[in-house]
Amino acid sequence: MSNLRKTADALEKAMNAVFTFCGFLAVAFVLVITAFLVISGVPAIGEIGIWDFLFGRVWASTAAEPRYGILPFILTSVYGTAGAIVIGVPVGLMCAVYLAKMSGGKSAGIVRTAVDLLSGIPSVVYGLLGMIIIVPLVREIFNLPDGANLFSAIIVLAVMILPSVISVSETAIKAVPKEYEEASLALGATKTETVFKVIVPAAKSGILTAVVLGIGRAIGEAMAVMMVSGNVANMPSLFQSVRFLTTAVASEMSYSSGLQRQALFSIALVLFVFILIINLILNLVVKRGGKNE
Amino acid sequence: MKKLATMLLAVGMSAAIAGCGGTARTTDGAAQTVSTDGSTSMEKVIGYLSEAYMAENSNAKITYNPTGSGAGIQAAAEGRCDIGLSSRDLKPEEAETLDGTVIAIDGIAMIVNPQNPVSDLTIEQIGRLYKGEISNWSEVGGSDAPVVLIGREAASGTRDGFEAITGTEGECKYTQELTSTGDVVQTVSSNPNAIGYASLASVKDSVKLLSVEGVTPSTETIQNGTYKIQRDFVFVTPKDKELSEAARAFMDYATSEAADEMIEKAGAVPVKR
Repeated sequence: MSNLRKTADALEKAMNAVFTFCGFLAVAFVLVITAFLVISGVPAIGEIGIWDFLFGRVWASTAAEPRYGILPFILTSVYGTAGAIVIGVPVGLMCAVYLAKMSGGKSAGIVRTAVDLLSGIPSVVYGLLGMIIIVPLVREIFNLPDGANLFSAIIVLAVMILPSVISVSETAIKAVPKEYEEASLALGATKTETVFKVIVPAAKSGILTAVVLGIGRAIGEAMAVMMVSGNVANMPSLFQSVRFLTTAVASEMSYSSGLQRQALFSIALVLFVFILIINLILNLVVKRGGKNE
Repeated sequence: MKKLATMLLAVGMSAAIAGCGGTARTTDGAAQTVSTDGSTSMEKVIGYLSEAYMAENSNAKITYNPTGSGAGIQAAAEGRCDIGLSSRDLKPEEAETLDGTVIAIDGIAMIVNPQNPVSDLTIEQIGRLYKGEISNWSEVGGSDAPVVLIGREAASGTRDGFEAITGTEGECKYTQELTSTGDVVQTVSSNPNAIGYASLASVKDSVKLLSVEGVTPSTETIQNGTYKIQRDFVFVTPKDKELSEAARAFMDYATSEAADEMIEKAGAVPVKR
């Protein structure tokens, strides 16, 4: 009996160690990635000069006199993400309202399955569809010489952030106490008024979380935007070919060498800082939301 | 039922044994492995060459890692592979420590949309088109429409070759910079005003092949040099280190006349001897 207990104890201890190890493994990965990005990204910034790097308007990495200004990429990423949020969040929010409040059982099931599927589609497929359908369509509708531009990228990104926006805001809307809604309806408010004046404000922090998640997804997307944005390092404008932070790294990495390669790591570091900031904001939003309730 | 299970087990076991044998053999022949690393444009050429070579030398194994010319040259310099593959000639500072051996020539084809009436351009016209000095197709005999310039990402071997030959280094006003030849062909085939460049081997019927200065790209015109937009496919090896026996044998094969047929099959052009 005591023997049995001993083995059980030993097993318990061993499993404890395994769990702890796996827990710290995730932390280790983050630390290693951070250390790697800082170590490989900082030298080039030092060599180029942080001002010239972050605010330089010209990126010509393979020219005879190379220039490494990434302001075009930073602005493109910011504008592209903002555009995706402006289009994606209202659509996603209203879809979430439909799922949570308006739909009957069966149709909600269909929509929800579709949304889940949407989130499972690989980004290269979004890119491919964007390249074959959206790019020519944008070219024809706006009568442009070419349709691969910031606008096409925004459309694709807006679709890509829908699933996370929808599912998070649906959860937030469902968490609003039923009494709020009933009280509003009892006071004579219409359903639409109730949704926009009672439910959405009450679910505010959850919806904000959805927005921040959407920003995170949009700013980190590389494959799909690479296929629809044209990838030329122009200062961003809506109907011009642009290059994002992510695609700047991805498109040149395989052929790069020397300072060019180091500069790509520096871009990755900038992108990493952006993601860190977004995560911090997300934590703040979630914490504040928790306090309010 | 039991019999079937036994049979399955037997089959499985023999497969496992055969598998072990296989592994044992490769470990045995580790010295026979030749690793190549580099240019994605050379994928087809290397594929055909290594297949034919391995068919003749059953204990040889050629591996290929498609990383790009820059990475391939670097890998050769750092000794991470036996032979680096580059679809551009070595830069002077690279040539200090590395040897380049041209094994084939690649014609860079100019392609336009099939709807485009233009069928011939001079190198000067191509240069001016890509520099943005000519921005309407009517200036080179086409219809009145804006020119859409499709190119490859910075430091792509194809772009490097194209810009060097047309004298447009760093001055191209690209509308799109795409990361693969397939993307270039796809984009040109879907935009009536687009022009692009791609390896002759990867040009498909969905786009129209242009002749340059009156010469249509083909094996013959590339080999005799009349088709001007062409570049070398290069095997890169370190100067200060002796090649392994297997790598030397593969290189001898790749530069021999026997390899010409395979290079042609891969859509590139053999070096004229």
